[in-house]
Amino acid sequence: MIDYEKVLSTRVKGMKPSGIRKFFDIAGKMKDVISLGVGEPDFSTPWAIRKAAIETLERRQIVYGPNRGLDRLLTAISENLMKKQGLSYNKDKEIIVTVGGSEAIDISLRSIIDPGDEVLVVEPCFVCYAPLVELIGGVAVPVPTRIENNFKLTVDDLKEKITDRTKLLILPFPNNPTGAIMTKEDLEPIAELLRDTDIMVLSDEIYSELTYGRKHFSIAQLEGMQERTILVNGFSKAYAMTGWRLGYVAAPAPIVSQIVKIHQYAIMCSPFVSQNAAVEALNSCDNDVKKMTSEYDKRRRFLVSEFNRLGLTCFNPEGAFYVFPCIKSTGLTSEQFCERLLYERKVAAVPGSAFGGSGEGYIRISYAYSLKHLKEAIVRIEQFIEDLKKEKENG
Amino acid sequence: MIELLELLEKNARTSNAELAVMLGKTEQEVADEIAQLERDGVIKGYSTLIDYTAINPNLVTAYIELKVTPQARTGFDDIARFISQFDEVKGVTLMSGAFDIGITIIGENLMVISSFVSKHLATIDGVVSTATHFVLKTYKDNGLSMCDDESDERGLICP
Repeated sequence: MIDYEKVLSTRVKGMKPSGIRKFFDIAGKMKDVISLGVGEPDFSTPWAIRKAAIETLERRQIVYGPNRGLDRLLTAISENLMKKQGLSYNKDKEIIVTVGGSEAIDISLRSIIDPGDEVLVVEPCFVCYAPLVELIGGVAVPVPTRIENNFKLTVDDLKEKITDRTKLLILPFPNNPTGAIMTKEDLEPIAELLRDTDIMVLSDEIYSELTYGRKHFSIAQLEGMQERTILVNGFSKAYAMTGWRLGYVAAPAPIVSQIVKIHQYAIMCSPFVSQNAAVEALNSCDNDVKKMTSEYDKRRRFLVSEFNRLGLTCFNPEGAFYVFPCIKSTGLTSEQFCERLLYERKVAAVPGSAFGGSGEGYIRISYAYSLKHLKEAIVRIEQFIEDLKKEKENG
Repeated sequence: MIELLELLEKNARTSNAELAVMLGKTEQEVADEIAQLERDGVIKGYSTLIDYTAINPNLVTAYIELKVTPQARTGFDDIARFISQFDEVKGVTLMSGAFDIGITIIGENLMVISSFVSKHLATIDGVVSTATHFVLKTYKDNGLSMCDDESDERGLICP
């Protein structure tokens, strides 16, 4: 019999499975669960985009495309970066279309990291960064953010983690799971610190279109920062296109030319149909994005107000579609809280600890759900909080 | 203002307190705005979207097209107003195109509607012809989906 323990790569075996797997498994077996656990829009992909895909299927040969992406799409991305952020990226050298933001992150990391290199990962954050860094032999160094700072990265938090092995800072804002954003003023001191170093920034801006009250600002917009920034973005969140698997990297030409090699050998090219649809998204769907954002905004205000009313302190997130209430007052860990909430009141939420150590004491609530759905969930959570209070009183 | 109207359109029972939270306004501001919209005739009233067929599966909804000869002085108004007074009539609109007045009506059964047409509509002076279309199934009404079979294909949890 073959011994797979010996066959499998040590690094792969060393990867931790995602912390939310367990909840997924439990919730999947239960009936009538109200979920608040999903990180994807509840809206359908705007019709114009779907139509563009259908037309592609009807009229075109569906073929391999150029490695870096269809010229029409690269052009649209380049124009969009200029329009939205005032950033100038050469469509022929500085942009590559990827299979979702996930591939964008993976191949960016692989193009930068050598074994032993340290990568600063701002936490809490999306679950993929540290495992992908470790898979290529890098060392993921968590940089926790705190509620006192509205989960923003501060220069002091960052400074103390920098060593002479630090290669890259992963900057995921607007943030999943906290909903925190970084304004120009927040980013300036970070940029100031990095300008005199060779540390690169991987700025994951997948939620850039989903901000409330103010426009997204990219660190690449600051003087001297575009040359040290790998900007990752995509279509999943803004255009409700999760299943289309399409993202991109915008970065200095020397980096993109290396990234292209990995993409070329691992992926060949991003899906042809999705790329054609994405052109439509960038060129004609601003209004749809606006409508979705306005709807998210109402839900966001509703949830922040409700969680604060329930005594689960909730800071005001200005981006993405998550609120991140604090559950420390219940005396439970975030995992205990979510497990009991699921078993006892059939509401699925994600424990903050799944997004890094600094997420402990919080839960991630997605508002990619209708108001009606959210209201029903709040009723159940309120009952759960009442139960916990009674439990405490009765010792 | 549009945002407030959209919220009320979706659910007229949303409280002022909830509306205030969602719109980032005070409760007083919301109350004032609604009062103003009512005074201005923008908000005409608050009704409930009811699926009566859930109680009585035999109920029939019909759209009736009327061709009408406009009356001297009052045009279509008198006829439209006359039709509007019947309780079973749920909607009356003046239309451009192939016919003039469109009527939405709900009746106990097919016979009730056909007798309404022959008794009350066809007999009106000026009505040239009627065409009655029966509704087989309603998918969406007043902006709300009327079928609950749309399922959420997303998983329960994903990062």
